[in-house]
Amino acid sequence: MTILFKPDETYRGDYTYRNSDAAILRFPFPFPEDSYMYSVNIEPHVRGGFTPVYNNPIDVDEHYIAECRDRAITLERDPGRYAALPHMMTAQWDSIELLMECLSSDYPELFSLHKDGDRWTWINRPLGIEQSFTFGKEDTLPCEPFEYITRQIQGDFAILDQRNGSLYLDAGMVTAQADWSLQFDVGMDFMEWHGPVPLAHQAGVFERALKYLLMLRQGQPMRRLNWTMTVNPRLDTSPETYPEWGPDRTTLTLDNIGRKLHLRVELQTLWRLPRSNAILFPLRGYLASLDELVRVPKWGRRLHRVLSTLPRELAEYKGLVRFLPTALEYLSTYDDGAPTTSGCAAEISSL
Amino acid sequence: MITGDQLQLRVAAIRDISPTLRLVRFENAGDGPLPPSATGAHLQVVLQGAQKEIRNAYSLISKPGSRDAYEIIVRRVPESRGGSAYIHEQLKTGDLLTTSWPGNLFAPQRSARKHIMVAGGIGITPFLSYVADFAGKGIDYELHLCCREEEKDSFAPWLPEPDKVFVHWDADGHRLDIPALLLRQPANSHLYVCGPDFLTNDVLEAAETGGWPDNHVHCERFGNALSGGEAFRAVLQRSGKEIEVGEHESLLEAIEREGVEVPCLCRGGACGVCLTSVLDGEPEHRDHYLGKAERAGGKHIMPCVSRAKSGLLVLDL
Repeated sequence: MTILFKPDETYRGDYTYRNSDAAILRFPFPFPEDSYMYSVNIEPHVRGGFTPVYNNPIDVDEHYIAECRDRAITLERDPGRYAALPHMMTAQWDSIELLMECLSSDYPELFSLHKDGDRWTWINRPLGIEQSFTFGKEDTLPCEPFEYITRQIQGDFAILDQRNGSLYLDAGMVTAQADWSLQFDVGMDFMEWHGPVPLAHQAGVFERALKYLLMLRQGQPMRRLNWTMTVNPRLDTSPETYPEWGPDRTTLTLDNIGRKLHLRVELQTLWRLPRSNAILFPLRGYLASLDELVRVPKWGRRLHRVLSTLPRELAEYKGLVRFLPTALEYLSTYDDGAPTTSGCAAEISSL
Repeated sequence: MITGDQLQLRVAAIRDISPTLRLVRFENAGDGPLPPSATGAHLQVVLQGAQKEIRNAYSLISKPGSRDAYEIIVRRVPESRGGSAYIHEQLKTGDLLTTSWPGNLFAPQRSARKHIMVAGGIGITPFLSYVADFAGKGIDYELHLCCREEEKDSFAPWLPEPDKVFVHWDADGHRLDIPALLLRQPANSHLYVCGPDFLTNDVLEAAETGGWPDNHVHCERFGNALSGGEAFRAVLQRSGKEIEVGEHESLLEAIEREGVEVPCLCRGGACGVCLTSVLDGEPEHRDHYLGKAERAGGKHIMPCVSRAKSGLLVLDL
């Protein structure tokens, strides 16, 4: 399988990011039913599923080069988007090993990893990188190992340290977040960083999820989908840069909302790391505009129904309130009232 | 090897390190390197005993991160449940065994200022990976081994920093004074114990009396797997089937084996998707989903992890 990269597309300025037909069809649409509420929607992260996004444990797609470049721009402007507390170095090496092995075994045409004892050589062909280093020796890489590898993979990353019967957000590479700040959250425990989420606490979702994650086993990663909506295909929607993107919410009209409003789906996976016993937590984002999504008839109908029945608290928390009526007006055109089948699959093979 | 739950291993070497202690070295019988071993991790080994399959968990003593081989040390015990006797009497070099991936219920706390380990006899095995991890990194620790006098040097080859190891045995002047040990530790020390119940209980009691915070005291909890337990029977009322749930499988696995579908997601007792109505019998709840009242009511069960107290469950399936 050859991936046709789109190296010149942008996630800022003129926002030239677009999905090809194939990318739309493989979009991890997150709504299995016509309504949405929080649940502990965790399942084993095994290969295969309703979307080809699940075919490999770490997914690489046509946006790879452009997304890595956008991360580099954000880090250049604000190096604080990467942070790791001192006791996380073992977990950093665990992470580089896991991620390099995933990429090189699933995408041998793009990535190679050669090992001669602790002397490793990493080749990243799309980004034109060749790096030899000594596994376990920080000074043989141009930056910390977790920063090094996460600069070369799409999506945000966190590492959760396990202690005191909880998980602590003690390392992260976060340049594409849905309005949360690594600098603010780093060092927090599971309940603290989930503090602002409405409704789910009352339902006991976080207690159950935490107990479950504490038992997560090496070799048996888990996944869940989360979602929000973003105006413009912008990755850096952080509190730090709010003045740059917050006002975009006021620019939506019935004429432009199909092009400008994007469903932002986050594929969260959770991996027990061996030496450190920490949990690697990749948060991989996928963006598709309403115009792109409604080309799949089932998704157009369902998105209209999910958004029109969304609890007010969730709409407020996700920052949708201002433009929700316009979005519903746009989407109503694509909802003929026909019944939908359960499950997220597109159920068509071409657009 | 990136994901999976079972390994096929070949016995690469067997070596007796004392009359009652046997070291077994495993290598991968499949392709490629093994998953990295971990500090404090264990391996569940499946042994084909004469009467039945035996599944025992053994601590990995290999240097954390090892991918070429795993090593365990097994004591010969007179009252063996079968595993110890099998490994000492029947296991041969070249044998192929099925094991779990390394699991870890006893990882060290990386933020500790100092690690205090107390081992009783063969209970030292998880700490051999601790000291292999800590040695040479300037990590502050003390390892206290309580054992028979004649075994005091058996583990010396795995103890790279002998000045941090203290051996105790049952003779005047050589017994471990647990309260005194706990009293002289700096704040933010973490205490770990692995050994026979009487030692573990003494240590836990001394820690409580000495005012140690609960979350700074850790003991190894083998035999605490998510599934598995005594066998029982389940009637699937709507499907008209009666099934046997074996010791080593979950109720959900047994139901699936019979071709009856139960919606499920996490398979770990958290998501609530496999919630099933109980028509008769008493569940043994092991999930994180049901609330106290629901547990007491006994009308629902999460078959992915929970089992039966009553020997028979009748389910609305």
